[in-house]
Amino acid sequence: MVTHHVTRGYRIFQGFNAVILAGVVVATLYPFVNIVAQSFSDERYILSGQVNLIPKGFNLTTYQIVASDPMFWINYRNTVVYTVVATLIAMVLTTCYAYVLSKRHLKGRTFLIWVAVFTMFFNGGLIPNYVLVTSLGLKNTIWAIVLPNAISVFNLLVMKAFFENMPDELEEAASIDGLNTYGILWRIVLPLSKAVIATMLLFYAVSFWNSWFAAFLYMNEADLFPVTVYLRNLIAGATGAEGAGAAVADVTQAASNIKSVTIVLTVLPILAIYPFVQRYFVSGVMLGAVKG
Amino acid sequence: MTTAETLEPETIKERPDPGRRTSRGGGSWRRALRRDWQLYSLALLPLLFFLIFRYAPMLGNIIAFRKFEPGGDIFGEEWVGLRYVRMFLSDPTFWNVFTNTLVLGGLTLLFCFPLPIVLALLLNEVRNRKMKRFLQSVTYLPHFLSIVVVAGIVMQFLSLDGPVNQILQMAGGEPISFMQRPEWFRTIYVSSEIWQTVGWGTILYLAALTTIDEQLYEAARIDGASRWRQIWHVTLPGIRPTAVTLLILNIGTFMAVGFEKVLLLYNPLTYPTGDVISTYVYRMGVQSSNMSYAAAIGLFEALIGLTLIISANVISKRTVGTSLW
Repeated sequence: MVTHHVTRGYRIFQGFNAVILAGVVVATLYPFVNIVAQSFSDERYILSGQVNLIPKGFNLTTYQIVASDPMFWINYRNTVVYTVVATLIAMVLTTCYAYVLSKRHLKGRTFLIWVAVFTMFFNGGLIPNYVLVTSLGLKNTIWAIVLPNAISVFNLLVMKAFFENMPDELEEAASIDGLNTYGILWRIVLPLSKAVIATMLLFYAVSFWNSWFAAFLYMNEADLFPVTVYLRNLIAGATGAEGAGAAVADVTQAASNIKSVTIVLTVLPILAIYPFVQRYFVSGVMLGAVKG
Repeated sequence: MTTAETLEPETIKERPDPGRRTSRGGGSWRRALRRDWQLYSLALLPLLFFLIFRYAPMLGNIIAFRKFEPGGDIFGEEWVGLRYVRMFLSDPTFWNVFTNTLVLGGLTLLFCFPLPIVLALLLNEVRNRKMKRFLQSVTYLPHFLSIVVVAGIVMQFLSLDGPVNQILQMAGGEPISFMQRPEWFRTIYVSSEIWQTVGWGTILYLAALTTIDEQLYEAARIDGASRWRQIWHVTLPGIRPTAVTLLILNIGTFMAVGFEKVLLLYNPLTYPTGDVISTYVYRMGVQSSNMSYAAAIGLFEALIGLTLIISANVISKRTVGTSLW
């Protein structure tokens, strides 16, 4: 940093800036801390509005109540299964297509790119998608969640940009050594793309972990729900006029701390990996922004 | 295609080398297929995906003009012309949700587009690197939460015994049932949108800020420019291309206002302000099974969205020279 004259006005500004940013941090974190505090608190203190940043009447009972609901664990396991399967399929399709699109010499490449990019600006909409998925008989199967979201065009463009930046020489050498396209992709390109693969895995995994609407729309059996739909039915409770049937009825009157515990348990995996993977997300977004 | 490429020797073009980039075009499709069939084969499944799950639904919008029977042909049974279009144009609820969409989209754009720029500028003034990284980590966090979790937090926060009502009562006020009051819906929606998106929205601006040449600031200082004038004449022009691109994208998604979040936050009591086109389409189609009617409204919304993004792109190309394509 170049040292230069610091005016009084600038010092005052720095002071203000610190106050504003501190306010931003508090505003961002306060709702979290409050929910965590509630999750460990006694219902009486929550109802009388006494729980703020620190649990009042500390107990783990609510965690035991939530953990003893078999449906919670069934739905949690569903989330894990859906996330893993959907991420794997999305990775395979995205990688293949991104690799094809990265080959500048390929005839018809521009067309192939536009096939993908156009869907960013215009999509069929809810009703035709619903009609399609229903008529394909995908309702109440994992495929209703996995297949319609198998390629994110943003992720595709990030990966394409990454592949385009790889030096040609390695692939040329490999092809002279007799490897075919599949061999080059599998044995040369992918091992050199660990960074972008990690980023894409995280992008997809987080988005599938967090998704709820596809399951809400296409599944009407409670034991098929992911945990996000379990949580939705819990919080929609009182006004759950649009609930997905019987599952809602028995959780309608859930107490505040049960909702808090479920929220905490749903975000826990995301919070646990967040500090370690944040930089991948940032670099992924940059790559996409530069080239996309 | 350039002359250099057409002048390339035929032998190179014939070599079965998929990794090579030099032999673009020139040959017929048959030659391209023979040379790159393995590459094309990798594109098959993805193309099938786009065809079935992206382009078929686009065509599926045709049911907006056809009679649709549940369980029947996904492209409908017989033509009915503009019946459903006329129907929604004379539906007062449609005009109510149309207005709500414009207001909610407008408010979101008004707050969620400029605030990341402001926050990025403030973060950029933080000199301590560790502190800056900490601030970034904290403000990015809400972006990674499921929208269901965000809705859950909002509802707990605003519930009758939640923190906001606690403060109201301490100040001597009466508790307000925020989630049931139509006059609060827009405030709640926009604030939670700000909470979730502003931090993450700074990423691209922060990146653009680091690419601004330090010499420009140096020169401005020598010319006697104050901090404010430096921001006005160096910093803001430096992030203008990023801002314009993001503005175009924001305008393009204007009509699609956070459908999932509205669906989670609204309820029949807040329909007067909360119900938007996409949620109305959802209720009409999925819940009431008026597929054609809902598809007609959905198509109308999508066409407005497409028109908006194309116009925004043309305008920005003409005026500031930045465009998406």
